[in-house]
Amino acid sequence: MYQYDDYDRALVFERVAQFRDQVERFMAGELSEEEFLPLRLQNGLYMQKHAYMLRVAIPYGTLGAQQMRTLASIARDYDRGYGHFTTRQNMQFNWIELAQVPDILERLAQVEMHAIQTSGNCVRNITTEAFAGVAADELMDPRPLAEILRQWSTINPEFLFLPRKFKIAICSAKQDRAAIMMHDIGLYLYCDDSGQMLLRVIVGGGLGRTPILGLQIREGLPWQHLLSYVEAVLRVYNRHGRRDNKYKARIKILVKALGIEAFAKEVEEEWQHLKDGPAQLTDVEYERVASAFVPPDYRSLAGTDLDFGTRLAEHPAFARWVARNVQPHKVPGYASVVLSTKPGIAAPPGDVTAEQMEAVALWSEQFGFGEIRIAHEQNIVLPDVPKADLYALWCLACEQGLGSANIGLLTDIIACPGGDFCALANAKSIPIAQAIQARFDDLDYLHDLGDISLNISGCMNACGHHHIGNIGILGVDKNGSEWYQITLGGAQGKNSALGKVIGPSFSAAEVPDVIERIIGTFVRYRESEELFVDTLARIGLEPFKERVYPKVLEVSA
Amino acid sequence: MNNLLRLREGGAEWVRDDPWQLIRETTGEPPAGPLILPLPQWLALNADTTTALEGVWLGPDDEVTNLIPWFPDLPLIALDFPSFRDGRAYSQAYLLRTRFGWQGELRAIGDVLRDQLSHMRQCGFDSFAVREDKSAEDALKGLAGMSVLYGRSVIEPRPLFRRR
Repeated sequence: MYQYDDYDRALVFERVAQFRDQVERFMAGELSEEEFLPLRLQNGLYMQKHAYMLRVAIPYGTLGAQQMRTLASIARDYDRGYGHFTTRQNMQFNWIELAQVPDILERLAQVEMHAIQTSGNCVRNITTEAFAGVAADELMDPRPLAEILRQWSTINPEFLFLPRKFKIAICSAKQDRAAIMMHDIGLYLYCDDSGQMLLRVIVGGGLGRTPILGLQIREGLPWQHLLSYVEAVLRVYNRHGRRDNKYKARIKILVKALGIEAFAKEVEEEWQHLKDGPAQLTDVEYERVASAFVPPDYRSLAGTDLDFGTRLAEHPAFARWVARNVQPHKVPGYASVVLSTKPGIAAPPGDVTAEQMEAVALWSEQFGFGEIRIAHEQNIVLPDVPKADLYALWCLACEQGLGSANIGLLTDIIACPGGDFCALANAKSIPIAQAIQARFDDLDYLHDLGDISLNISGCMNACGHHHIGNIGILGVDKNGSEWYQITLGGAQGKNSALGKVIGPSFSAAEVPDVIERIIGTFVRYRESEELFVDTLARIGLEPFKERVYPKVLEVSA
Repeated sequence: MNNLLRLREGGAEWVRDDPWQLIRETTGEPPAGPLILPLPQWLALNADTTTALEGVWLGPDDEVTNLIPWFPDLPLIALDFPSFRDGRAYSQAYLLRTRFGWQGELRAIGDVLRDQLSHMRQCGFDSFAVREDKSAEDALKGLAGMSVLYGRSVIEPRPLFRRR
C-alpha cells in the first residue's frame, strides 16, 4: 500500500484546516450557499434528502485494516452505524452533521485518507480493478500509475472548475474489470515486446443520460507521457467543453460534437507543447511509488491444499461459495475472496455495518496482509487468502452476513442509494433490489442461471450503471410517481455494450414479475450452459418482449 | 478599481487607489483615464497600431492569441470569470504565461472570490479585482492556499515529483 510521506500528510491536514475555516464561514453567514457549494462538493459533501452525505475517497479501491477500522469508527460516532460502498469504490456516509465534518476529515487524515474531489466538476477518484496486483490474468500492476495520477489530479489549480465531473480509470488485465470504456478517460496499460510500458488512451465514455462507449485516441503512448497527455486532454476539455447545459457538459458530448479525429488532433497539438517537458514522468518517481506496491511476503504454498479439497467435498454450500466468490491468484496456494455485500433483504447493496467493517479489518490481518479492496460492484475483496484458510474465512463471513455465495449472479445487484436518500433520484432503488432478491432466493436456481448482472439506477445520472447491466433498471418519474424502465443486453468488460430499452416502463410492484418473465424466457431458450448474454445475443430482444408485454401482443394479433 | 489585491515581491497588498477602470460595455463616451476594454473594442481601437492603447479584458471564449502582436506595449490583460465556477480563465492564464510568454500584469476580474484566489495565483494571475461586495482585506487570506502542490502550475512548473 502507498504510504504518505511528509508532503502527502501536510496536504491532507492543510486541507482539513482550510475546510474547517470554510465551514465556519458558511455557518457564520460569510459564505453564501452558492459560494459554499463547490467548496463542500470538492470535499466530498453532498446535501441529500434528509441530511448531508459525505463521500470518502478510497483511491483505486485499496485500503488497509486500520483505515477500515477508522471508517467503522466514523460510522459509529458520526453516522447511524453503517456506511455504503459505491460503484466508484468509495464509501458514503448518509447521515452527517455539517459541523462535524471537519472532525471526520481530520480523523481520516490521521490514517492517510481524505474526501478530496470525490465530488464536484473536477477530476474524481482514480479507479482501477479490485484485483489489481493479484489477478491471475494481470499484465502489470496498474496501481503505481493510478497513485501517480491521483497525486497529480489532486488540487491541480487549472482543472478544479471543469465543465463537469471527470472520471479516469486504468486497467491492465485480460478482463477489463475497471469499465474503462465508461470513463471520461480510460487507460489500458500493456507492454510491448521489449517490455516497455505503454498506454492505450480512450476518451469520451460515460453513462448518465447520454450513455456512450469511449473511443480510442492514442495507442502505444509510452508511460512517461501519462501526465502530459492527460493534461492535454483536460486543457482541451476545459477550454472547449460546453458549459451552457449541465447535461451536455461531459467530455463525451465534446468528443461527439467535434468527432473523434478532430478531437484527437486538438489533443495532439496541445500535447506537442507539453511532451518531453517537466511533466514527463521519471523512472525515479515510478520506482518511488511502485515500491509501495511490491508483492507482500507470500509463503511458499502448494498449489492444492488437501484439507481445502476435503472441505469442498464435504460442504456443498462452501463449494458453491468457492465457485462464485473465490478468484484465482497469481501466487500458488493463494486466492482472492469476494465478500458479498448483497445478502438480500437483510441489507441494501453496498451497505456495511461498523461491526462488519471491523470484522473485515480483522480477517484481512488474520488471513492476509492487512489489505482490503472495494470492487466497483460494491463488494469487498480480501486479495491474499491462503486456500487452506478459505473454509475458516467462509464460516466467519457467514456469521457476519458477508458470506452470500452470489458473486456475478442475479442477486449480486449493483444499485445506487436511490430515492431513499438521494436528492437527484426519480425513484427508489433499494426496495426494487430487495424485491428482486426476495423473489429469487433459491440459491440452487441462481447458480444454475449462471452469470447475470442486474444494475439499478434511481435516475438518469446512472450511478447504478444500469446501461451496462445485462438487465438494467432505471427509475423514471411519470407525473410524480415512480416507474422503472428495463434494458437488456448491457455488458461491462472487454465486450462492453449498452443495454436496449425493451418497452414502456413498469410500476415498482410489477418489476419482480417482469424480471421473472425475462429469466423465464432465458431458461426456455437457453442451450445447455449458455450465459444469459449469449442467449440474448442469439435470439434477440423479441422473445423477451413477447413474454414481458403479452397484452400488447394480444392487441396487435 | 478600489477592491484590488496585487502581488508584490514576497507578498500581496490591498490596492485602494488602482487607476484602471473596467469597461464592461461601451455605450457613449468612454470615461477618462486608463481603461480596460472588451476585446472587440480594444481591437478596433488598436487596429492600426502596435503601440497598444489601453488595457484589455478577455471573456472565456476569447482567443488569447489575438493579443500576441501587442505584447511588448500592452499595459494590462484581464481575464473575466463570469462565474467563479467557470474555470476557462485558468487555462487562458496558463497559455498566456507559459506558452505565449506574457509577462505584464494579468488581472482576474468578475466573480473573483477569496476561496479561488490561490488557484488563480498558481495559474499566473498577479492582480485580483475582488468582487465589489466582498472585503478585499478578508480575501487576502485566500491568496496563500496550500503549501503542497502535487502537479505543476505557472508559478511552479516542476511537478512535486521533481522537487520531492
